[in-house]
Amino acid sequence: MAAAPDAVHTAIDYTLREDRGRLMAALVGAIGDFELADECLQEAAMAAMEHWCRNGVPNSRRGWLLQVARRRAIDHFRRQTVLRKRQAELVLLAEESQGATEIGEPDIPDKRLELIFTCCHPALDPKSRVALTLRTLGGLDTAQVAAAFLDRETTMGQRLSRARAKISRAGIPFEVPGPELWDERLASVLAVIYLIFNAGHVAGAGGALMRRELCEEAIYLARMLDRLRPDEPEVLGVLSLMLTSFARAPARLGAGGEMIPLDEQDRSLWRKDLICEGVAALDSAVSRGRGGPYQIKAAISALHASARRSDETDWTQIVLLYNTLLQHEPTPVVRLNRAVAVACSGRLTMALEELDALAQELDGYQPFHAAHARLLADAGAVAAARRAYDRAIELARNAPDRAFLEKQKRRLPP
Amino acid sequence: MKYLALIYDTPGNRPDPKPGTPEFDTMMARWNKLNQTYVDAGVMGGGEALMPPETATCVRVRGGKTETMDGPFAETKEQLGGYYVLECDNLDDALRYAAMIPVAETGTIEVRPIMSFD
Repeated sequence: MAAAPDAVHTAIDYTLREDRGRLMAALVGAIGDFELADECLQEAAMAAMEHWCRNGVPNSRRGWLLQVARRRAIDHFRRQTVLRKRQAELVLLAEESQGATEIGEPDIPDKRLELIFTCCHPALDPKSRVALTLRTLGGLDTAQVAAAFLDRETTMGQRLSRARAKISRAGIPFEVPGPELWDERLASVLAVIYLIFNAGHVAGAGGALMRRELCEEAIYLARMLDRLRPDEPEVLGVLSLMLTSFARAPARLGAGGEMIPLDEQDRSLWRKDLICEGVAALDSAVSRGRGGPYQIKAAISALHASARRSDETDWTQIVLLYNTLLQHEPTPVVRLNRAVAVACSGRLTMALEELDALAQELDGYQPFHAAHARLLADAGAVAAARRAYDRAIELARNAPDRAFLEKQKRRLPP
Repeated sequence: MKYLALIYDTPGNRPDPKPGTPEFDTMMARWNKLNQTYVDAGVMGGGEALMPPETATCVRVRGGKTETMDGPFAETKEQLGGYYVLECDNLDDALRYAAMIPVAETGTIEVRPIMSFD
């Protein structure tokens, strides 16, 4: 029973999109070599194109791909001179692939937790961690990952293959880290997931569709991580943070693609389903009694998302949360955000003093000057506000940000 | 796998006690303890401390002629002070053992896989 090439193409794309992570995880687990697993999966996809056109699309597409990829790995090991060393692995692989031949849907062990820790290993540079995670565990192909970074496809392809080569050659393990490494490694995984989300959340990076897709990928990865390791409150924290931020996405951009500040957004556009889910995730995280920076950020985001009107925002509570966050992350950016919350809670002079203290450290940081301009304008220091807007506009890295800042500047009284 | 742990530090970063002082004995006791830990864990593949860079001599052959010269070229702040060879299952194990090297607290340990030709 032959199948139309178009239908086969769609079937392969769909399977890889949905199941790439599971397939890669199972293959790396069986083969023990990240680079080779990726090659074999690609070869299996090419073989599928040919076979499925001729014989029809099999019931278990995932099982078919895994089976063929495993056989490719066996062929590879046979060709290698290290055969003797690999003999044991080969026997094991051959047994596994035999067992799966006749079964419709083989029971593929879920090794994605191991895989995400490999992809987010701190021995890889941060950008490669993000790219490799998107490519391996998300459903993105190399062109899409390249688009997310505004890179050329060949450049991204090289980055990905360098990262895979390092995993294989440096012996980056395929395992869930033990307790002594757990905190550092989980932090790295969560940072990667949140970076993916932010790449989608900032205005100006790629097209609108791409941005949305990145946010959804990040949320998907956090949900997956939570299912695989349900006892980690910070995983729920990052999930909650992303859900309540993403809920506000439909109101964040104006018709011309310009940023709309929180207090001017049309709150009826916010996604209530996502806000509810985010708040529930946070409640569940907090009930574990182990706090952390993502849970605090999630709580701040949830307070914003729960206010029906801008002037109903609980700024006092938000300032308290920033105080706690500062204990985890004593960074100038957190101090800046705290200062803005202090101003919103009615203590404008105190906030401006704090900004003065940060001026030198954050001089090259556009949001600092934007926030400074706004607080100066609130305090009636129009000339100083104008200068701060000029500096922010100078530092703006994309057109929507620049348009937004210019509009704010025009609103200043003469 | 075999890993080379290269031990780098900036001179003056750590106290450099004279042999025969109690401080020297304390320092040596730490290194001896580390060596024993490596041996007990079965990861010890050898290791040495190096004399300081000012004792180094470089040699190269250009156009069939041997040139010998004094010292390292680069004015790097961090200097190679010694190494260990660690036999570990994977990078995480190698990093865990490398982090036990006392110099990790002031300098940097570079961990590199050793190439295998079999």
